[in-house]
Amino acid sequence: MAEHFELHVNGVARDVHDAWSGESLLYVLRERLHLTGTKGACEEGECGSCSVLVDDVLVCSCLVLAGSSTGRAITTIEGMSADGEPTDVQRAFVAAGAVQCGFCTPGLVMAAHALLAADPDAGEHEIREALSGNVCRCTGYGRILDAVATVARARSGASATAAEDSPGRE
Amino acid sequence: MESPRRLDDALRALAFAPGALVIAGGTDAMVEVNAGSRRDQLARGEVIAIDRVSELRRFRHDPSSASVLLGAGLTYTELMDEPLASLLPALAEASRTVGSPQIRNAGTIGGNLATCSPAGDALPVLSALDAVVHLADASGVRSLPVGEFMTGVKTTALASGELITGIELPVLGGWQGYAKVGVRNAMVIAIASACLATDVSTRSVRIALGSVAPTVIRCPDAEQFAAEHVDWDSTSVEPDVAARIGSIAAGAALPIDDHRSTAAYRRRAVEVLVGRLVRRGFAGG
Repeated sequence: MAEHFELHVNGVARDVHDAWSGESLLYVLRERLHLTGTKGACEEGECGSCSVLVDDVLVCSCLVLAGSSTGRAITTIEGMSADGEPTDVQRAFVAAGAVQCGFCTPGLVMAAHALLAADPDAGEHEIREALSGNVCRCTGYGRILDAVATVARARSGASATAAEDSPGRE
Repeated sequence: MESPRRLDDALRALAFAPGALVIAGGTDAMVEVNAGSRRDQLARGEVIAIDRVSELRRFRHDPSSASVLLGAGLTYTELMDEPLASLLPALAEASRTVGSPQIRNAGTIGGNLATCSPAGDALPVLSALDAVVHLADASGVRSLPVGEFMTGVKTTALASGELITGIELPVLGGWQGYAKVGVRNAMVIAIASACLATDVSTRSVRIALGSVAPTVIRCPDAEQFAAEHVDWDSTSVEPDVAARIGSIAAGAALPIDDHRSTAAYRRRAVEVLVGRLVRRGFAGG
């Protein structure tokens, strides 16, 4: 059965026409809206390469029914930086050599941002747990973990400095 | 496709299309959809997304009856949060072992029950706690003990036109925990799993096993032996008693050989897991 609906993707309302009832959010993002930064691989929630934020919650877009996502704020890797400049996580991935073939990178960057938004000074255990649903076949994960730890140190250092500088604080 | 906000709207939609694909978190249903199953329902547009039904997303703690009613649409991530993690610690511990953050953010306790996999991580906890499953259809409500709701491998007592609305669990005074064996810590389907829950007020022990029988099973012999042989006054246990409880529990398992493991390994895993849970639960003090 053909369906028509509107999705809010990266702050923009996007019309989806003639979708089939079973289309996943991953399929609609890539094949209908041509947002190909989100990768598709296992289509059963095992690999994390299709990770996006739906209302700021990290999910596998392959497991989200596109038609049930109307009215929710969907953020893909393309929406992580408004000005097109790489985010701190993306810069850290490049600096640490955490990217090899690059296929898993968008999903890992989304997972890292979801973690650091909730827990800016995440430690190694939290980082490993937060990235446990994202599979990488190239790197062996060491440099990915290093990259996220670097951002966590930078963000928690920055927030500690901001707190010390805040007016009215003894 | 329907995306109801209220439970009665969801039940009306389901009464109109009793064979509809009901989708909550999607972590099981979408795997089937992506693999090409469910074509008939999808071709007819008979899909009811219940992830926004507000009644299913809440819980109610009733201190006077020492019970919690969990909405079926609560996610594993929500079960890991306070206050539920303190009220139902074994359920929080089981939830932490499910999949990955992405899966725990989407998958629901009601979905775990509806799928009724022998390896469902929440199910040994629901069994050990004698959960009561609340069901509703457009004409009324009923409730069933979880042991009667689970009828076999991926089969349940859920009737056509019915939804799981909630799961009622007791808040017990006493240690409880969950443990599982798999090939790694994350993203793993249990080869064997176990829940142990103690109730200090009645000096009783409940033990349930996952992945070692068509549905989750209880271990009445091991429970009775444990209740009689642990030291309730010091909350401690002799090492040989803990080992014996593990081996009695392993005797209750009905495991099979399959692509994930062998029956012999599963039986041994149950022995180790239950013994370990007993030692954790009766660690003294």
